[in-house]
Amino acid sequence: MNFNFKHEWIETNVGLLLVLTMIAISIGGLVEIAPLFLIKSTLENTKDPKTGLETIRPYTALESRGRDIYVREGCYTCHSQMVRPLKDEAVRYGHYSLAAESQYDHPFQWGSKRTGPDLARVGKKYSNEWQVQHLIAPRSMVPESVMPNYPWLLNTPLDTSDLVDRLRAQRAVGVPYSLTEVEYQKNVKRFGEAAAQQLHIPNAQQNLVKQAEEGNFDGDRTNITEIDALVAYLQVLGTMVDFSQYDNDHFVKFR
Amino acid sequence: MASVSISSKEQYNFDVVRKFAIMTLVWGVVGMLAGVYIASELAWPFLNFDSPYISFGRLRPVHTGGVIFGFGGSALFATSYYVVQRTCQTRLISDALANFTFWGWQAVIVLAATSYILGFSQGREYAEMEWPIDILIEVVWLAYMYVFFGTVMRRKQPHIYVANWFYIAFILATALLHTFNNLAMPVNLFSMKSYSLFSGAQDAMTQWWYGHNAVGFFLTAAFLGMMYYFVPKQAGRPIYSYRLSIVHFWALSFLYMWVGTHHLHWTAIPDWSSTLAATFSIMLLLPSWGGMINGIMTLSGAWDKLRTDPIMRFLAVALSFYGMSTFEGPIMSLKDVNALSHYTDWTIGHVHSGALGWVAMITFGSFYHMIPKLWDTKLYSQRLVYWHFWLATIGILLYIVAMWISGIGQGVMWRTFDDFGNLKYSFAETVEMVKPFYAMRAIGGMFFLSGVFIMVYNVWMTIGQAKREAAELDAKLAAKLARAGA
Repeated sequence: MNFNFKHEWIETNVGLLLVLTMIAISIGGLVEIAPLFLIKSTLENTKDPKTGLETIRPYTALESRGRDIYVREGCYTCHSQMVRPLKDEAVRYGHYSLAAESQYDHPFQWGSKRTGPDLARVGKKYSNEWQVQHLIAPRSMVPESVMPNYPWLLNTPLDTSDLVDRLRAQRAVGVPYSLTEVEYQKNVKRFGEAAAQQLHIPNAQQNLVKQAEEGNFDGDRTNITEIDALVAYLQVLGTMVDFSQYDNDHFVKFR
Repeated sequence: MASVSISSKEQYNFDVVRKFAIMTLVWGVVGMLAGVYIASELAWPFLNFDSPYISFGRLRPVHTGGVIFGFGGSALFATSYYVVQRTCQTRLISDALANFTFWGWQAVIVLAATSYILGFSQGREYAEMEWPIDILIEVVWLAYMYVFFGTVMRRKQPHIYVANWFYIAFILATALLHTFNNLAMPVNLFSMKSYSLFSGAQDAMTQWWYGHNAVGFFLTAAFLGMMYYFVPKQAGRPIYSYRLSIVHFWALSFLYMWVGTHHLHWTAIPDWSSTLAATFSIMLLLPSWGGMINGIMTLSGAWDKLRTDPIMRFLAVALSFYGMSTFEGPIMSLKDVNALSHYTDWTIGHVHSGALGWVAMITFGSFYHMIPKLWDTKLYSQRLVYWHFWLATIGILLYIVAMWISGIGQGVMWRTFDDFGNLKYSFAETVEMVKPFYAMRAIGGMFFLSGVFIMVYNVWMTIGQAKREAAELDAKLAAKLARAGA
């Protein structure tokens, strides 16, 4: 190639410099991220082998509001939600996290730091009473803990005034909450009737109240507080997939 | 009034540079104070005082945002406007828009910090700003692009100086990253809350593509632009190798964008993308060290100045930390090392050897060079620069050593099994182990912060001295004119 390239051409032409720099910085992201939006196999098959229904469903209205509080308080700055396929983590936390388990998480909360333990499978490990007491005063349950106290969660009533807007916004970015009868029927086929009812936006408010009252997370049924929502969220984390239903190597083939 | 009319006739617009320079110091104090405070909260949890507004989770983004975008961002605006005018020998293309970038950027930092304290967060690291603030950033950034690129186009020199290439890469990359990473759906038009457009694995990939390149372009490429101007200036020598700077620039710009996924090793993303990121992280060592060598070799030959010039010390130590942390980074990106280091304080230590050792030190060095020039005077005290240097260096060392011990120690404890195949340590026991090192880290931070206070005092006195000198000069001139008139 006899084309006698000089870097001087680029150095003396700002347009060329801008275009070439833009190309140089764009390639990496395109190659690594774009395929994730195109490849279906990013998500594991987590259908129940017996019923054929999806085991992983979007959060209920109450759990979703609890998740908002988790994000608001910056829990992700000290807790991860991503169990890695390493022996010690399997013993400490349980089965490694699947991509499918956070498919409805906008934003993801995998975290990057474990000042406290991983929470991806914390659901049902502790009682509601333990969770509430631990949130209000962590050192009363775990003396070594460096976690802040969160007493205000117990006293602040849960704001549900924009509940429908919140669920609609999530629906707009792809979470299958249903607005119409057609969407609802689709969800019945996909998740089963009990779950589909929880995902129906027109029923969101009554579903939320019902779950909070039945769950009775903070031991006080008279009003629904932020801690009710947060504990409801924590108690569902990592519990949707029953790993005993699957062969040992079922999930390996998706890695 | 008089000073305004004079400055508008100046060859360069230093007014906006001065304003950004002062705010760099203000945000440095605010951001690092927040850092010392949250570090202390981890060591002594009572400091959370049961208040939502100062609890660790809400204050942490105030620290990261304050130092990255407040301190770092203002430093980059200041130095980029300074360097582009000096090297292109022309005035900024628009004073009004440059002024807009100043007020706009300050508004972004204030709004972001306030919103975090009130509990508004996108829940993604270093991109916690909610959607209205993101839009304001976008607008400010477009104005910045116009001012910077427009000024380069007005240059009196045919060549674009190498420092400007790095600033250009930083400005373009930041626009790209910010735009795509912050795509989100607001709850409604009057709500601050939004939900990320992406979810789960895709969201994680997008976020760390952003997160790591905030390090790569905001905290590295742009500060290399600073290095390529201020190191040769202060050393009084030309850049060691012109070829090396070309290779450095293109390799760095190309490679950095591939490596973000090394933050997601062993997670639920495809293995191939993780392997690819590790491979590129190792390759990235070459341009990083190429740049470091280029800087160090520019300083060599002026080594004698290290004894007499404290500013040279800042620059030399900054380059050393750049070399150290760009070596540590690729090591930590290896999957086997990462299995131990990830989720631990080792990562925090690594970030700070880059952020304090490289970013802050090169900024301090450059500012001690630039500030007397901006106010047309001499630095108030060289002695205080020595003090700052030693406090900062000791602070960094305390910080990094504490995080190495607690990070590696905790990582090892998490994976230790006893003779019966059970985990040897409960999580709580590993927390107990790291506590003394959290205290040590907080103390390291206090050292570093007290150095910054000394710098603020020194700059304050320098500016006061400049004003007195200007007033004396005016008085002399007036007296002379009066005599001539008589």
